[in-house]
Amino acid sequence: MTTELLEILLADARQGSADIARQLETDAGSVDAAIEELEAKGVIKGYQAVIDWGKTDTARVRAEVELNVELDRETNYAEIAARIARFPEVASLRLISGSYDFAVDVEAESMQAVSQFVADQIAPIPEVTQTVTHFVMETYKERGIYFDDTDEDDRLTISP
Amino acid sequence: MSEQRQLDNRVSTRAANTPPSGIRRYFELAAEMDEVISLGVGEPDFSAPWSARIAAINALEQGRTSYTANRGLRELREAIAEYLTTFNLAYDPAGELLITTGASEALDLAMRALVDPGDIVAIPQPTYISYVPTAKLAGADVLPVETTAADGFELTTDALEEAGAATADVLIICYPNNPTGAVMDRDALVPIAQYAVEHDITVIADEIYAELRYDGRHTSIAALPEMRDRTVVINGFSKAYAMTGLRLGYAAGPEPLIDAMNRIHQYTMLSAPTTAQHAALGALTATGDVVSEMRSAFDKRRRYVVDRFSELGMPTAAPRGAFYVFPRCPTLLADDAQFAEELLTEQQVAVVPGRIFGAGGQGHCRVSYASSIRELREALDRIEMFLDDY
Repeated sequence: MTTELLEILLADARQGSADIARQLETDAGSVDAAIEELEAKGVIKGYQAVIDWGKTDTARVRAEVELNVELDRETNYAEIAARIARFPEVASLRLISGSYDFAVDVEAESMQAVSQFVADQIAPIPEVTQTVTHFVMETYKERGIYFDDTDEDDRLTISP
Repeated sequence: MSEQRQLDNRVSTRAANTPPSGIRRYFELAAEMDEVISLGVGEPDFSAPWSARIAAINALEQGRTSYTANRGLRELREAIAEYLTTFNLAYDPAGELLITTGASEALDLAMRALVDPGDIVAIPQPTYISYVPTAKLAGADVLPVETTAADGFELTTDALEEAGAATADVLIICYPNNPTGAVMDRDALVPIAQYAVEHDITVIADEIYAELRYDGRHTSIAALPEMRDRTVVINGFSKAYAMTGLRLGYAAGPEPLIDAMNRIHQYTMLSAPTTAQHAALGALTATGDVVSEMRSAFDKRRRYVVDRFSELGMPTAAPRGAFYVFPRCPTLLADDAQFAEELLTEQQVAVVPGRIFGAGGQGHCRVSYASSIRELREALDRIEMFLDDY
């Protein structure tokens, strides 16, 4: 049931347990138990809305920051990550392959706040050798949801 | 003589004898209403995969707006031949495949290529509403073969015997089935194939819903022993790739039959729409499995809907394919037509009464679950309220 349950939650995490249960041919109690177990195991980390901030009055600036780090005998990637991840401004943090080490999504209320955060909090970390900050100018798609989706249900009400 | 009468006289007997589609009345009723939730739709709610749409756009940009070969783009026929091997079907793309304007054209061609006036075409019912008129337009005498909820709406040799199908020239089967969602596994198809061989019946197998099976892989009757040479397989892109409006289907069969169909096609259609052929090629050659993603979404909705109907006391024979359930209408209402009409006017939920799908359909209604879970929940809530009011 796990993979299908996760697929259902990914598609719409706000569905009630009773509705999910019907889709999995089980009962609501079993769905609740399975979700609790997945949460307890840390498989499910949380539930969030996907928001097009451009449609709100709230100012929200995001930057994708490339980080290069230099490891030494005492420090590994996970330790550096743990230090960076705890900042609330860091929306996501990934170790990646290629020409830099960490990809960091930084979110704050203004470009200045983002810049200041990178300059004051990230750059001074001793292992960090370089930062490159790319401000996000427009978001078209996030977490599989295309923001400008114009697909409408134009089907005939009844068809054979 | 009135003007109307004079005009009526100009219409051929053949056309005059072709009744308007049974869904028309409900379509018109629904069109007058606001806030209708429709469970009466016979097509996916997804759009065609982006790979198909982009292939169509590219083809237009490159000016690919000419006719193709009568039989269709060679590359597409090759891709389809390759695809059909997944159902253990082997057809030569040069002579045994014909690309058509929707599976509907393939059906019409098969009928016209196989049927002589007075030939008997056996049609298991309830089934897709086009078979009977298409057969009649080709001059056939239609022999309805009733399938029952007790048999899960699968075709049995008993049903064929009872209907007197031994004298039939052609048998049209459609599994997974519209409107019942019934499927037929290999074990169930074998006796039907033997019956066809024994009585020398040609089979038209409409396999348009082949990809929408939820408990295993579809078995084509053409893949059974001695069936290849007596079967025309019809399939297309409408259901599996959500491309209904692009109108692209195909027929596969032994060369003499496909050749006969192509002879009609070359004069009546010339070739299937070129843009749609490119879209189909884009769909078939795309990376990633868009079909299984759609199938998985349909499967969850299917389970949701079946469970709700069973709680509502409207049992459905376990549907294992297509995107329809065919529950029995509540007995407190006179019949399925009344149920569909009152449900529409009282709760603005559109379903299709089973009777329009032929023998065995009365007392049932077709419910399409090609809608989001949210819409299905709302529709089922309304049906629940409707039943509570009785």
